[in-house]
Amino acid sequence: MELIILFSPLLGAVLSGFGHHLYGERIAIYSATGLLFLAAVLSWIVFFTFNGETQVTQIFTFIESDNFISNWSIRLDRLTCVMLVVVTTVSALVHLYSVGYMHGDPQWKENESYKPRFFAYLSFFSFAMLALVTSNNLIQLFFGWEGVGVASYLLIGFYYRKPSANAAAIKAFIVNRVGDFGMALGIFALFALTGSVLLDDVFAQAESLSQRTIGFLWMEVNAAELAGILLFVGAAGKSAQLFLHTWLPDAMEGPTPVSALIHAATMVTAGVFLVCRMSPLYEFAPVALALITIIGAITALFAASVGLVQNDIKRVIAYSTCSQLGYMFAAAGVGVYQAAMFHLFTHAFFKALLFLGAGSVIHAMHHEQDMRNYGGLRSKIPVTFWTMMIGTLAITGFGVPLTQIGFAGFLSKDAIVESTFAAASEAGLMAFILLLIAAAMTSFYSWRLIFMTFFGAEKGDKETHSHAHESPWSMLIPLIVLALGSVFAGMLWYPEFFGYYVEEFFGPSVYVGADNHVLHDAHYVPGWVKASPFIAMLLGFGLSWLFYIKSPDLPVALARSQRPLYLFLLNKWYFDEIYETTLVRPAKWLGTFLWKVGDGKTIDGVLHLVAKRSVPALTQLAVRLQSGYLFHYALMIVLGMGAIVVYVVLFGGH
Amino acid sequence: MNNLLTVITFTPFIAALIMMFFIRGEEAAAAKNIKFLALVATGATFLISLFLILGFEPEVEGFQFVEEYTWLLGLRYKMGVDGISVLFIVLTTFLMPITVLACWKVEHRIKEFMISFLVLETFMIGVFCSLDLVLFYFFFEAGLIPMFLIIGIWGGERKLYATFKFFLYTLLGSILMLIAMVYMWVDAGTTDIEVLLTHEFSHLPLSILGWDLIGGIQSLLWLAFFASFAVKLPMWPFHTWLPDAHVEAPTGGSVILAAILLKMGGYGFLRFSLPMFPIASEIFADFVIWLSVIAIIYTSLVAMMQEDIKKLIAYSSVAHMGFVTIGIFSFTHQGLEGAIFQMLSHGLISGALFLCVGVVYDQMHTRKIADYGGLVIKMPVYALGFMFFTLANVGLPGTSGFVGEFLTLAGIFQVNTWAAFFAATGVILSAAYALWVFRRVVLGDLVKASLAGVRDLSNREKLVFAPLIVMTLLLGVYPSLVTDITGPAVMELKNHVLAALPK
Repeated sequence: MELIILFSPLLGAVLSGFGHHLYGERIAIYSATGLLFLAAVLSWIVFFTFNGETQVTQIFTFIESDNFISNWSIRLDRLTCVMLVVVTTVSALVHLYSVGYMHGDPQWKENESYKPRFFAYLSFFSFAMLALVTSNNLIQLFFGWEGVGVASYLLIGFYYRKPSANAAAIKAFIVNRVGDFGMALGIFALFALTGSVLLDDVFAQAESLSQRTIGFLWMEVNAAELAGILLFVGAAGKSAQLFLHTWLPDAMEGPTPVSALIHAATMVTAGVFLVCRMSPLYEFAPVALALITIIGAITALFAASVGLVQNDIKRVIAYSTCSQLGYMFAAAGVGVYQAAMFHLFTHAFFKALLFLGAGSVIHAMHHEQDMRNYGGLRSKIPVTFWTMMIGTLAITGFGVPLTQIGFAGFLSKDAIVESTFAAASEAGLMAFILLLIAAAMTSFYSWRLIFMTFFGAEKGDKETHSHAHESPWSMLIPLIVLALGSVFAGMLWYPEFFGYYVEEFFGPSVYVGADNHVLHDAHYVPGWVKASPFIAMLLGFGLSWLFYIKSPDLPVALARSQRPLYLFLLNKWYFDEIYETTLVRPAKWLGTFLWKVGDGKTIDGVLHLVAKRSVPALTQLAVRLQSGYLFHYALMIVLGMGAIVVYVVLFGGH
Repeated sequence: MNNLLTVITFTPFIAALIMMFFIRGEEAAAAKNIKFLALVATGATFLISLFLILGFEPEVEGFQFVEEYTWLLGLRYKMGVDGISVLFIVLTTFLMPITVLACWKVEHRIKEFMISFLVLETFMIGVFCSLDLVLFYFFFEAGLIPMFLIIGIWGGERKLYATFKFFLYTLLGSILMLIAMVYMWVDAGTTDIEVLLTHEFSHLPLSILGWDLIGGIQSLLWLAFFASFAVKLPMWPFHTWLPDAHVEAPTGGSVILAAILLKMGGYGFLRFSLPMFPIASEIFADFVIWLSVIAIIYTSLVAMMQEDIKKLIAYSSVAHMGFVTIGIFSFTHQGLEGAIFQMLSHGLISGALFLCVGVVYDQMHTRKIADYGGLVIKMPVYALGFMFFTLANVGLPGTSGFVGEFLTLAGIFQVNTWAAFFAATGVILSAAYALWVFRRVVLGDLVKASLAGVRDLSNREKLVFAPLIVMTLLLGVYPSLVTDITGPAVMELKNHVLAALPK
């Protein structure tokens, strides 16, 4: 069954990408969609019937070099099950949604075939993602890791006529490669230390690693910490954490369904998954964990702050994703991997919903993405409006404080906030404060999005507004399904992910050290801690309402009076500019310098000097050799051979 | 068959003789016959070489398919293969029919062109199966002549300059290697490589003009061979002949140059430097590793700024060869095996990339990146193929490009984390230059008027790319095809080298 789940998306990709010449576009894209639904149904069956014991299915050998042994295999444990469900469900819904969304895309000319390619990429992505989450070794994991990166590259650059899309695609790939660079070094380190790349072998030696040191560059460092930190560099790249986040907002150049699937629900959560997957290692690497907490929490705050002022509807959600991923890392960093996975699970529903909802709005508004040109769309696209309302209630964490009744994000986000407080460490406390502020900001920008889009007066092009229409059912059904998930996923699975059944549920898939009681303690934090995210949420909502409903002139006035701050946020803390000046331009300059001066003036210069000074005769000879008569060359071979023979005869006595 | 290697080696040569003496005339019919003969001969050679791979027993130590005859004047003709060399032979025979097919449209002096390629094939295969110093030297040097010809006659505008530069670089290395070989023969009393592999060359320190040279004779011999192999591979800073040679070479020449001729350098390290001069290899290991690291970063940065597609791929080749030398001189199993894998894989991928350039060059007669853009719109199949090999070149897992890079890095990390760290930045830089050139050539809108008439791949061209795609993918997904064969030989080599080192 796992084999069918893994390979049906690959089959779909092939059928759609290569087969459409044979049986037409319609069958191509329907078969890809159908196969994804098959995978999704089977995944849910696996999810519900899984017995808690880790199973490994070997497929065949991958790289084998002495003790460097890896297999193509499927590791099935609770972490895998959760990821299977998340990936295949969102992917299937996004496939279905795309049938409607990609129909008659104005980016393409008539008669240009683009749909099969799109579906092939989507399906290929799903395959790579499944290969990642089902891996039993670090190498297949890396295959999936880079595979999803390529799919992301292809889909961000899907509109290949657009220079901005191509640039964003390359940027995504390269920034991810920076992360992969760290991750690869982490894998090398683990291999050098343990002599294996199999997860189980690494896990078995994790404790001894924490008592060893390894020389890395100039440092002599704790082996477990080093491996943990290097792997986290990879995770930070894929999950767009601070310093490696710059590609994610640009990735919005891709079609909106892509943003929902890859850049919200699945691929970007791979980093979180990696940290949870490696929990047996991280539990012995407290410094690495503290780093994860701090980076996660700062990212949550940073991204939320930038999200406050963006005007492109997709970019707001992109920064929101970045921020929510920070929450997950913060949870994993304080050792509550379960809460991280819980938020990953619920976030997949409501974030995919928000993106697909945004896609529906964009679809209705003729590909207008600037929220300043929206307004008053509530009645024109009611289904989109209501589902997006649900998504917003979920992400902002609406629920009944001090109970377990609420939208999905209410339960999972509060679980994280409580965990950071319960960690009672410096990093945890810092994270707690930052995450609370971020929660208020999340509420502000999420409601801002709703208010600017659906409420108030119609702004922008009248013509576009008059043509605004609800999307077709193929797009609305996924919205409704995801909305159901956004309402219930938290309440239904709270006991398993964070509550009473948590240990039984995760079993051996998540390792929790003997001294790690944070999860337990999180249930006994003071009432004010439990209520605090809700209060932060209300604060954000209130401000947003004040700014965008009550007195819509306030934001402009505030932006004017606090111009430096506003520009700082609008320009995303100037990360792109800093990287451009400190990395990209020097690299280009150095490349040119090495080429012109290094190769040209220095190496070739010396060579030319040698050639001119000492071997003019050879030049003559060489020129004559070029005269082009085969005969001369044949002669030369014979002569050369003759010379050797003569030499051997004269001097050889053996 | 107990002379299989001779048959494989000389089949193309015989075809060349037939072509030279029996096919006359310049008319179209003769040209067609020449092309078909070349295709049949290289194809047959490939099919025969399959017997080699099928009959090869990886677990057997030492050489297999050994042939030995006394030749004229006491010289010996000895051939044989082991797990290190056998796959290079198959790589050569596999790529030749593809190259011939890719050169189908060459019109200028087609007969001499095909003869050059056939003779070249014989010499290249000869290099990989020679078990005698003289024979090796002959094949190794003789192979340059058809290559000079191919560049010098069918090359581009600055072909003379390129050929001369190529010649000058290789000359120095050749002379030094020859001197070293003579010394080895005098010292060991034989030119038999199999015997030389067990011969211990002195490593007692030597005093030369008041300077103490650690490693003594071994160091000198090592340096002499290094001069030849480092130029061939090429390693930084002996690489500047390569971009010029590639730029001027016709497509087929570039393919063979990148895919096979460069590999002789890496093969030389594995066949001679490491096992025959282990102590010197150890002494110079750090030196080679750092040259390689510089090569990876330096040439990747230079590649990023290139304006000529072929030059870019040439620089990319130098960077990829850096991984080979890093792997070899890590003296680890993964490093050595990764190096072999990287060479084989690079043979497929760089060959294919030069073919990709050839396809558009044949139509547009320009190699400048700026002259292209938006090809995907008229050439979707081509774009897909180009993209596949671009990603393979970048070392994407699932393609063969990944395995070699990853193994060599895993190897070097065990002995030198600094080198591993800096070499691994190559994976970032390679993504930068490869994706950027792909974007500028293939993606974007097709707005240049000159490109309005481009056509997509013909069936012949598809046939050229298909086997390369299949092999790149197959080796990427199931690398054991290679490592099952190389594994035991690498183990033997590694143990041999480590045993020779002082404890």
